[in-house]
Amino acid sequence: MSERHIRSMTVNFGPQHPAAHGVLRLVMEMDGEIVERLDPHIGLLHRGTEKLIEYKTYLQAVPYFDRLDYVAPMNQEHAFALAVERLLGIEVPRRALVIRALYDEIGRIGNHILNVTTMALDVGAMTPFFYGFEERERIVEFYERASGARFHAAYIRPGGVALDVPQSLLDDIRAWNKKLPKVIDEIDGLLTENRIFKQRTVDIGKTTPAEALDWGFTGPMLRACGVPWDIRRAEPYAIYNELDFKVPVGTSGDCFERYLIRMEEMRQSIRLIDQCLDRMEPGPVKVQNNKITPPSRAEMKQSMEALIHHFKLYTEGYHVPAGEVYAAVEAPKGEFGVYLVADGTNKPYRCKIRAPGFAHLQSLDNMSRGYMLADAVANLASMDIVFGEIDR
Amino acid sequence: MADVQTLRELGDRIVAALPDQVEEPAVGHGALIISTRPDGILRVLKYLRDDKECALEQLTDICGVDHPGREPRFDVVYHLLSVSRNQRVRVKVGVGEGDLVPSATGLYSAAGWFERETWDLFGIYFSDHPDLRRILTDYGFEGHPLRKDFPLTGFVELRYDDEQKRVVYEPVKLVQEFRRFDFLSPWEGTQYVLPGDEKATKS
Repeated sequence: MSERHIRSMTVNFGPQHPAAHGVLRLVMEMDGEIVERLDPHIGLLHRGTEKLIEYKTYLQAVPYFDRLDYVAPMNQEHAFALAVERLLGIEVPRRALVIRALYDEIGRIGNHILNVTTMALDVGAMTPFFYGFEERERIVEFYERASGARFHAAYIRPGGVALDVPQSLLDDIRAWNKKLPKVIDEIDGLLTENRIFKQRTVDIGKTTPAEALDWGFTGPMLRACGVPWDIRRAEPYAIYNELDFKVPVGTSGDCFERYLIRMEEMRQSIRLIDQCLDRMEPGPVKVQNNKITPPSRAEMKQSMEALIHHFKLYTEGYHVPAGEVYAAVEAPKGEFGVYLVADGTNKPYRCKIRAPGFAHLQSLDNMSRGYMLADAVANLASMDIVFGEIDR
Repeated sequence: MADVQTLRELGDRIVAALPDQVEEPAVGHGALIISTRPDGILRVLKYLRDDKECALEQLTDICGVDHPGREPRFDVVYHLLSVSRNQRVRVKVGVGEGDLVPSATGLYSAAGWFERETWDLFGIYFSDHPDLRRILTDYGFEGHPLRKDFPLTGFVELRYDDEQKRVVYEPVKLVQEFRRFDFLSPWEGTQYVLPGDEKATKS
């Protein structure tokens, strides 16, 4: 038998590919079906958010956070609001905190529904996607009823939230929340014991706790490896210190565990939504200080002072005392952090956005080496990649 | 979240262990902040990771901050997190233009992309980095966009050229001059003399 020369092949995956979850270009060196090396090329959706924020007032910077992880926009705004509030040293009224926690959890369910079902889609199950998106549509409707926008909410602002929520909306959320476990059970029934789904995900992309910490994993990715870490527990913000919820933790850290963690987190979020609704008391929804939050419309028609405050807030904006702060929230994808350097003017001097997906995607090479091409796709799907936040 | 007292004690412990490397520990907004120099950063990070009281297992973030006119010009900021002890430490390193910072990839695998990003956006060079390429900007991009002297509009714009059948880069053309309003109140932040003010001092 003659000797054959075997050389590895380079495959270009993306940037336009349905399994790339946006605009990811993967340059893979393959030995047959086995991935030898994998080089993600990111930055195709880079918009220079951090640079733009340096040229905007603090209030104008808020909508940029919706456009980072556009799957769960309000969780990002929350991190920025926390950073600014800590520098300003202000206390947010209770009702605003409850609304924030409520919408964080609604956003978490929306994000996990999208991730779990698109992950199923990537490994060959199409039906859960249609089931899940029905609920996601309701979630964006709740966003719209609170903020006026389905996705780009700009709702959680430094000092509170933009508008109060009507009681009818809260009643509808409660009614929807009652029916939600059934929907999650349906997805659960379609996937959890599904033979094909398990073949594609169990023991794929296994990560040890030490590796996960070394590569900067956070959120469900870290918990699936068995590290009990949740920022809502460790550094409680909003009203999470008084809410009762469990933090699901996995053991093996494979794709299937990550899926299971997300399913359990959705169930916990359902409990949290109920608790938030129970704690909703009437009251102001923003700091009662017109140097930071605008006066009401009605007041502006009567009071000259209110009119001046409104004008100054929307042109000059408020000045944030010089200093630096790192504020992190438990976004659905992991630790979403904002490192804010203020120089005492009305614009941030530097705003670094720490996106969870950036650290996760970095480890795709390490995670997929020696696995098949199709497993790299499963790994990618289980990481919950959204390019808005990675490329910034 | 670790309280202020715990973080202060941790800061004293770090200074006692590395007296010639670490300066002025401070506590701000739930994190310990320490400063060091580029040549000592690896020793400091290794100590912070391996010491059992610090136990900072995770590198959350590396980023740059540009201070033009200051010496050294840049800060490289490392955010570290201890999952087991629930504490955060921020390490700041002053870096001049063209200085080398030793890469932390040997200590934390997560540093790889964060350092690439800092190189891409600020032009801070990390020595011994296995793969220091641009990451966020386009292939063949010139300049480091997050530096304060890089204009918001950039230098080039791109469009699809129908004759060449490809995307071409051209110098950026603005229909209207880039406007940056100075909203700082005139009695607080102005650098210039307001018209008429010179009469007041003349007398």
